[in-house]
Amino acid sequence: MEQHSHITLPKGSIEKTTTTLNIGPTHPATHGVFQNIMEVDGERVVSTEQTVGYIHRAFEKLAERRPLYQITPITDRLNYCSSPINNMGWHITCERFLKIDLPKRVDYLRVIIMELSRISDHLICNSIVGVDTGAYTGFLYVMQYRELIYEIYEEVCGSRLTTNIGRIGGFERNFTNTAFTKLEKFLNEYPGVLREFEKLFTRNRIFMERTQGTGGISAARAMNYGFTGPNLRAAGVDYDVRVQQPYSSYQDFDFKVPVGTTGDNYDRFLVRNAEMWESISIIKQAYQKIQEFKGADAEIYHADVPEYYLPKKEDVYTKMEALIWHFKIIMGEIDLPKGQIYSAVEGGNGELGFYLISDGGRTPFRLHFRRPCFIYYQAFEELIKGGMLSDAVVTLSSLNLIAGELDA
Amino acid sequence: MALTNTYIQEKLVEKFNDQVFQFSTDSGILSFESAAENNLKVLQFLYEESSLGFTFLTDLCGVNYPDNKGAELVVVYHLHNFIENIRIRFSIAVPIAKPDVFTATKLFESANWMERETYDFFGINFIGHPNLKRILNVDEMDYFPLRKEFPLEDQTRIDKDDEMFGRG
Amino acid sequence: MRPVRFNLNPKEAEIADAISMGKAPDGVPGDGFFATQLSSVVGLARKNSLWPLPFATSCCGIEFMATMASHYDLSRFGSERVGFSPRQCDLLMVMGTIAKKMAPVLRQVYLQMAEPRWVIAVGACASSGGIFDTYSVLQGIDQVIPVDVYVPGCPPRPEAIIDGFMKIQDLVGQESIRRRNSEKYRDLLNSYGIQ
Repeated sequence: MEQHSHITLPKGSIEKTTTTLNIGPTHPATHGVFQNIMEVDGERVVSTEQTVGYIHRAFEKLAERRPLYQITPITDRLNYCSSPINNMGWHITCERFLKIDLPKRVDYLRVIIMELSRISDHLICNSIVGVDTGAYTGFLYVMQYRELIYEIYEEVCGSRLTTNIGRIGGFERNFTNTAFTKLEKFLNEYPGVLREFEKLFTRNRIFMERTQGTGGISAARAMNYGFTGPNLRAAGVDYDVRVQQPYSSYQDFDFKVPVGTTGDNYDRFLVRNAEMWESISIIKQAYQKIQEFKGADAEIYHADVPEYYLPKKEDVYTKMEALIWHFKIIMGEIDLPKGQIYSAVEGGNGELGFYLISDGGRTPFRLHFRRPCFIYYQAFEELIKGGMLSDAVVTLSSLNLIAGELDA
Repeated sequence: MALTNTYIQEKLVEKFNDQVFQFSTDSGILSFESAAENNLKVLQFLYEESSLGFTFLTDLCGVNYPDNKGAELVVVYHLHNFIENIRIRFSIAVPIAKPDVFTATKLFESANWMERETYDFFGINFIGHPNLKRILNVDEMDYFPLRKEFPLEDQTRIDKDDEMFGRG
Repeated sequence: MRPVRFNLNPKEAEIADAISMGKAPDGVPGDGFFATQLSSVVGLARKNSLWPLPFATSCCGIEFMATMASHYDLSRFGSERVGFSPRQCDLLMVMGTIAKKMAPVLRQVYLQMAEPRWVIAVGACASSGGIFDTYSVLQGIDQVIPVDVYVPGCPPRPEAIIDGFMKIQDLVGQESIRRRNSEKYRDLLNSYGIQ
């Protein structure tokens, strides 16, 4: 080092030209508990080592002790920004495994809830990207409209965040009229808000400068790193589980799969925004289809599977058979068939897979969750290498990493 | 050309003869096994053979079957061909006394952390892995918690009275 | 396009209604002076300007985001300034599961805070480990640091978090200024191995 030649280092000391910087596990720039030990040269990131596991809760071991329906509350706590998708992903896995066919109306109701939660997931991610680039307003503004989504959940299942929504075979109860009124209110108000949110960011010079060309990845590398969901689509691969392996009657809906080109933070932001528009369109279509059901069909909210779907509460109190079934289901006294299944849904941040192995017992022999953000977080070093430290923060939030899902 | 499970099976048998076995199809996914030392050959063949093209590693996880003597630990790979939209499941078994498996990190970057997780949970030793150490649990942990012999709860806790939880 | 709305007849702001005054402590009022205990004044000042440090790890953190954001607005209670540096904050809000890997970090953050400091455990996981009775989860943060208020729920609703926050405000308002020097408090910290 020429410029430091006036400093004489003690003999045997190691001259280091980079600085080690520890970010996390609790740090305002990491939304969630991640630790990054970075080597920085000035403001350029030379390398980073990610440490995860700070909220490891042993979901997979826990699931081996629980009957199927008791696993639903665990799935809530995976990606808690879009817990209904996880719940239903798990229910769909069980239904595929137990070979239960669902009535169309249940599928459409599920689609509504899943798309609402996709919106709330993307909304948080995109507004947090805004916060990290210096625009707090967007976050505070859209948070108010996320409350509308939570009100709908609350009307359907009584809970806001960790919803535990639905049952194996359908919903716990039919949607009330209030729920539909709230849905209409959301559908009327939200597009205007989203448009305004987009206006605030999409062509904003500062935002574009901050996000374009940072944290980019090529399609081939993204696939090699196991990217899925909006992050993979931003890199230009149009892979969407909803289209590739439709579940819950997604094949009945007409929607586009937005893709980006460079896979950088800006593209990820745009893809998520575009997906929110598609979600709104899907919800509208689903709501339309639901209104077409008439008479007794309009009252169906679950499949007829007495082995797994809890009987009506009134019947439990008055009829012995219902009470027996209720008891058997609650105590988990029903043996599962033998076999294994891998089933995936398009979660908020990628392909959320459930790999269930059953040996014929009452609980899964093994349940493995394919958590999308656990898999793509490994690419973080490659995404930020050589970039600025402040870009690394934006990249971290635009990947939509949810600590609960990452650590399981 | 639509890729079918039968075609994949034929291709695999043609290449590996009796080195791949236990073919079965459940819920549309073809699954098969091979000996542990052949795992990389099979994965590479599936990756590079142009008519198969399984270039996406969806998932990698371990399973512990304590009753299968000599094959207690199993590593399961889920592979996906995006273009043909077909998944397959490939598994290998190793004895718990010598759980050595070749790493797939050279083929798939995504295998890195998934193998670390599998090591963390089951103690499967991935030979050639660039950084094989615990990922989710603390480094000081001295057992592999997802093996069936270990209990779910922390055995050192004193705050929860077992009788109150029906475990007395 | 959403039409831009103007308020054509803006109402004159009624400042008297808009500002809410803290209740004055008991004391002797007089012409140009007000005599009261020092601790009541200090308590009044402290309780209405708490600086929370959100130690959010999981789901409850998302509910805290809702509490903090526009709809529920925690700043109404004098905690406009959410700080992220433990050295500046006086209320540690622990939200979410604390795994054993995280416990030393949590303790470190607590130790870095200056006295007087308060701790609120938000949610079932922080209070007792919640549904996660597993090998990797700390069964309640009160195993490593002392806690003042527990908020139940999985996750608690924003209203519940606000309620817990107001309970803390009550504690802070009534605390004697000598409490932190007392023998009892030292014993409490010693029981956690904090000098």
